[in-house]
Amino acid sequence: MRSLQQFLYDSNARCAMLVDRSGQLVATVGEQPRFDATSFATLTAADFSANDQLARLIGETEFSSLFHQGEQESMYLVDIARRVILVVLFDNRTTLGLVRLKVKGTVEELARLFTAMFQRARDTKHQPNILAGAEDEIDRLFR
Amino acid sequence: MSMINYAAREISCKIVYYGPGLGGKTTNLEHVYGRVQPNTRGKLISLATETERTLFFDFLPVDLGTIRGFKTRFHLYTVPGQVYYNASRKLILKSVDGIVFVADSQVERMEANQEAMQNLYENMQEYGYDLSTMPFVIQYNKRDLPNAAPLPELQAALNPGFEVFETQRQRIAPDPYHAGENLIDQIPTGEWVERAPYFEAVAVTGDGVFDTLKAVSKLVLKTLA
Repeated sequence: MRSLQQFLYDSNARCAMLVDRSGQLVATVGEQPRFDATSFATLTAADFSANDQLARLIGETEFSSLFHQGEQESMYLVDIARRVILVVLFDNRTTLGLVRLKVKGTVEELARLFTAMFQRARDTKHQPNILAGAEDEIDRLFR
Repeated sequence: MSMINYAAREISCKIVYYGPGLGGKTTNLEHVYGRVQPNTRGKLISLATETERTLFFDFLPVDLGTIRGFKTRFHLYTVPGQVYYNASRKLILKSVDGIVFVADSQVERMEANQEAMQNLYENMQEYGYDLSTMPFVIQYNKRDLPNAAPLPELQAALNPGFEVFETQRQRIAPDPYHAGENLIDQIPTGEWVERAPYFEAVAVTGDGVFDTLKAVSKLVLKTLA
């Protein structure tokens, strides 16, 4: 998180979000978005997946980053370790060039972090199961 | 894949409504959207063509209650009905936790139902997901129409059952939703089969919509328990 905060400070971008490839919002750093973040995360993942397919059609394995330009607000999306998407929201106070330049180191650091984390998760045989034995409670919820 | 967010105390799961075009998948979501409390649901996002055919997907997040202090958040998706949108259909199945197959009961849509079911199996297989072991329910929609096919016919065509090979599971399991029927049963030829739970529905009026959603959500949470 500190690395993302530093990136926002260095690049003058407004907000950075980490979105899981299945469309779940993992974290938000910087200005809290005033839009529906759940829908945003879902559409981001769909956007990335659709573009992955487009990449394959033209003979690329992936598009590792995407850029959407608006009049005031723009967004830059980068893949991290094929599992997570980093979304950077920025406005006219900065430029795409600066965002791209500054995000590079952050992406590398996050990629290392997530790869190690997923490896740890794979190595852990027994995941803590918070719903273990909750069958009765589940039955009651859907009565 | 379900995600547990310990910081926000939330469990998020993904449910996909699959089925032939114009079968009522989007209508299911619209009904859920209209009926649940606004504070327990998000926006209904629809990526549709101008003629309201789903182009990419519809999406609706809903909270269905709290278990063990964790909010249960379900992300409901529909896929485009037309087969020529298969690329997007397949994308939406990624990391799915539960499937609702919305069949169109009309006799003349039988072939479209079977084609969509076949397509579901193929797409799931390509991801390496096993439909026979994951939360899966079937909804027979449009039961109010005069040309609706009889249930036994639909069941035979779309829900003949997956063969049960493990001997410890080869015992009769009654269908909790239909008295006198079984989900796991021995067929006359001797094999044991497990059928998916099914529901009759009229999605435009909301009949059966929540029964279907509750059943699939319950199955999804039970896989975590």
